[in-house]
Amino acid sequence: MATPAVQDERPNYLNSTHGIRSWLLTTDHKRIALLYLMSVTFFFFIGGLFALLIRLELLTPAGDLVMADTYNKLFTMHGQIMVFFFLIPSIPAILGNFLVPMMIGAKDLAFPKINLLSWYIYIFAGGLMLYCIVTGGVDTGWTFYTPFSTAFSHTQVVEAALAIFINGFSSILTGLNFVVTIHRMRAPGLTWRRLPLFIWSHYAVSIIFLLGTPVLAITLLLVFFERVFNLGIFDPTRGGDPLLFQHLFWFYSHPAVYIMILPSMGVVSEIVPCFSRKRIFGYEFVAMSSIGIAVIGFLVWAHHMFVAGISLYAALIFSVLSYLVAVPSAIKVFNWTATMYKGSISLDTPMLYALGFIGLFTIGGLTGLFLAALGVDVHVHDTYFVIAHFHYVMVGGAVMGYMGGLHFWWPKMTGRMYPEIWGKLAAVTIFLGFNLTFFPQFILGYLGMPRRYWEYPPEFQVWNVLSTAGASILAVGYLLPMVYMIWSLRYGKIAGDNPWGAAGLEWKTQSPPITSNFEVTPEVTWEAYNYDEIPAPEEVPVG
Amino acid sequence: MSEHIIPSKIYYMIWVTLMIFTVITAAVAFVDLGPFNTVVALIIATFKATLVVLFFMHVKYTSEKMTKTVIMAAIFWLGLLLILSLADFATRATG
Amino acid sequence: MAETSALATQEHEHSDLQHHFADMEQQKEASTLGMWVFLGTEIMFFGGMFLAYLVYRLKYYNEFATGSQSIDIWLGTINTIVLICSSLTVALGVKAAQRGKRKLLIVLIILTLIFGLAFLGIKGIEWYQKYQEHHVPGISFNISDIQAAHPHTPLNPGHAQLYFSLYFALTGLHALHMIIGIGIFLALLWMAWKGRFGPDYYTPMEIGGLYWHFVDIVWIYLFPLLYLIDRKHIP
Repeated sequence: MATPAVQDERPNYLNSTHGIRSWLLTTDHKRIALLYLMSVTFFFFIGGLFALLIRLELLTPAGDLVMADTYNKLFTMHGQIMVFFFLIPSIPAILGNFLVPMMIGAKDLAFPKINLLSWYIYIFAGGLMLYCIVTGGVDTGWTFYTPFSTAFSHTQVVEAALAIFINGFSSILTGLNFVVTIHRMRAPGLTWRRLPLFIWSHYAVSIIFLLGTPVLAITLLLVFFERVFNLGIFDPTRGGDPLLFQHLFWFYSHPAVYIMILPSMGVVSEIVPCFSRKRIFGYEFVAMSSIGIAVIGFLVWAHHMFVAGISLYAALIFSVLSYLVAVPSAIKVFNWTATMYKGSISLDTPMLYALGFIGLFTIGGLTGLFLAALGVDVHVHDTYFVIAHFHYVMVGGAVMGYMGGLHFWWPKMTGRMYPEIWGKLAAVTIFLGFNLTFFPQFILGYLGMPRRYWEYPPEFQVWNVLSTAGASILAVGYLLPMVYMIWSLRYGKIAGDNPWGAAGLEWKTQSPPITSNFEVTPEVTWEAYNYDEIPAPEEVPVG
Repeated sequence: MSEHIIPSKIYYMIWVTLMIFTVITAAVAFVDLGPFNTVVALIIATFKATLVVLFFMHVKYTSEKMTKTVIMAAIFWLGLLLILSLADFATRATG
Repeated sequence: MAETSALATQEHEHSDLQHHFADMEQQKEASTLGMWVFLGTEIMFFGGMFLAYLVYRLKYYNEFATGSQSIDIWLGTINTIVLICSSLTVALGVKAAQRGKRKLLIVLIILTLIFGLAFLGIKGIEWYQKYQEHHVPGISFNISDIQAAHPHTPLNPGHAQLYFSLYFALTGLHALHMIIGIGIFLALLWMAWKGRFGPDYYTPMEIGGLYWHFVDIVWIYLFPLLYLIDRKHIP
């Protein structure tokens, strides 16, 4: 095991040029994807560190590990880092960047320099966020609610708002690149109906990036103006309406949830057919439901504000509209299930993550319906029920999909296999750890434990101890892949061009790909997911 | 490149129209039209914006469907933001 | 741009063709679509402020009308005309670039820059007036010098501040877009000077023009929304 496998010396995007400059000035979408992989992983562990401190504080009912003020900063920065610097860029900027051009048979994204620019914007914004953290942090909650954020908080609101404002442009430029690339750069014969569903979901995500992010940008800019120049747009003492802030904020930040989940759905739509050896069931429905989620996702934002003082009439409208989102989401779950039906299923690591995704996302989605119901929401609003719900969607859904995708395309990105047995172990650990962490929080929330408090009545301790124990298991589950994937870079088995016997143009070129992806621009004459025409891999690759 | 070249005359005509309507919109603001002052001002603004989009930005001449789709999508989403927000602001029990 | 071998198959090799595009047509279409998509995001960027404007104008009409009347309508009208003129020079400029008329293009770009700077200068005068009149939101905000548009309803200084907050935020961000536009046109001037544009390649001029026209359109809406509220009831 300890001897490095034979090096594959064919020229590829990793060994075409050398030196730090060739990476920092690269315009190759695959290298930019790896730059994102490293920086996003860094922020994942920063955000995870805050989560760890939160769970440690909540181990005991008394507020004994940190002060209340510190606790406020911990959950704020956990949220901001995880949402804006990990979840939102995770799949689109890493896997999307790497795969969108390859899946459509293009040499690169339409605007390679803008792609690099968006990484630098991300790094700059991330640096500003780190500066905000080390100079004292911010305590407004990730939502920046006014007037607390504009008039009362004495923490680094300006830096945090500016960092997230700037980071938004990174998202916008990525979305712009994807939309233009998908429209203009498809290989001959690759019609819209032949596109991989990963592409459809990234197209849908780009719509949200492009039409939602600017609204968040202007909202945070107004918060910035209000603190720095004393403009009073959200200031109640001048007649300003804090609910206006919430409307603007959630107009982006609710669709942002779909920014996180849609790419994962795209990943699952690739993994499930491959490991069931079947064409995806209801291709058109899965594709259109991505667009449906992107559009309907913009109609539901005020369900975050049911108890904030919006009119009852508006609350009714938004409650009904919120139910609508369940329809396209359910279509996807049913179609994945139908794809697996009578398929020849193999439970490799990516498939384990995909199955985990389907189960956890279903729980997350269904509890979302509880919260969309006006009456139930009044009872569980701002309790741990909400926390558990959105962690089932964002972590159980989005992160599971991200991990699955990372394992699925790791051989393509690096040319190496990760050790399968460790992969399975980590997947199971994450699944168990996740459920142990967050299922107790549903119960806590239903019993009435409010979110964002650093201490709680002693009768809640049992569930909190379970949750913290689960978080520790989860942490191990996330560290394992980090270790064995780095290990695999040197010692992993050579993957070959298509270790999974997968459909899709990205598997028809070498691993790792050459800089221009394909020797000759491919011409597509087949339908997507033609698994009836592709032989299954002879042996399941084991590292 | 089979790019459509638009006669300069059209550009000058559009420019004159825009100037005239700028003066009209400023003048009409002083005439009492009751609640319709704002409506007229917005109709004139939209008319001017449409001229700029169609002629100066060549949308009238492009065969590209995506351009129109992008414009319509952005206007639709702006409508979503304004109308759904007003569903709250316009129906509050207290101001 | 390390990969050049793929270029060998191209029929029309052009020095401005980037390696990952099949031909100039695809490159131009991609750039133009990219600019339109970007302008779509810009609509939403200003849209957030338009929502704030709409909500507060419906709520505090008296203060909005009063605030609007305190702004110099002449400066606003002149600035609208200046911007419309600049849009004309930009439209003619794109055409000049398309036909490879270098000298004409340079003149038109310089005219555009002059109009743009004139707009900013007039805007500056207007802001300075507001500053002297203590109409800038903040501690020294004071509107005792202006009469309410509807004299029987007393003015609420807080609500009036909301109007001026939006006035400064909207015109300020518009001015920022103008400054960026001037930067873009300086770059275009340099490219035009080098004789880079002709029938085969004028995309930068085209998409720079799209941006400039968009900023013009934003102003076409800002003018009635900020300057022309209830002018008929001048006290």
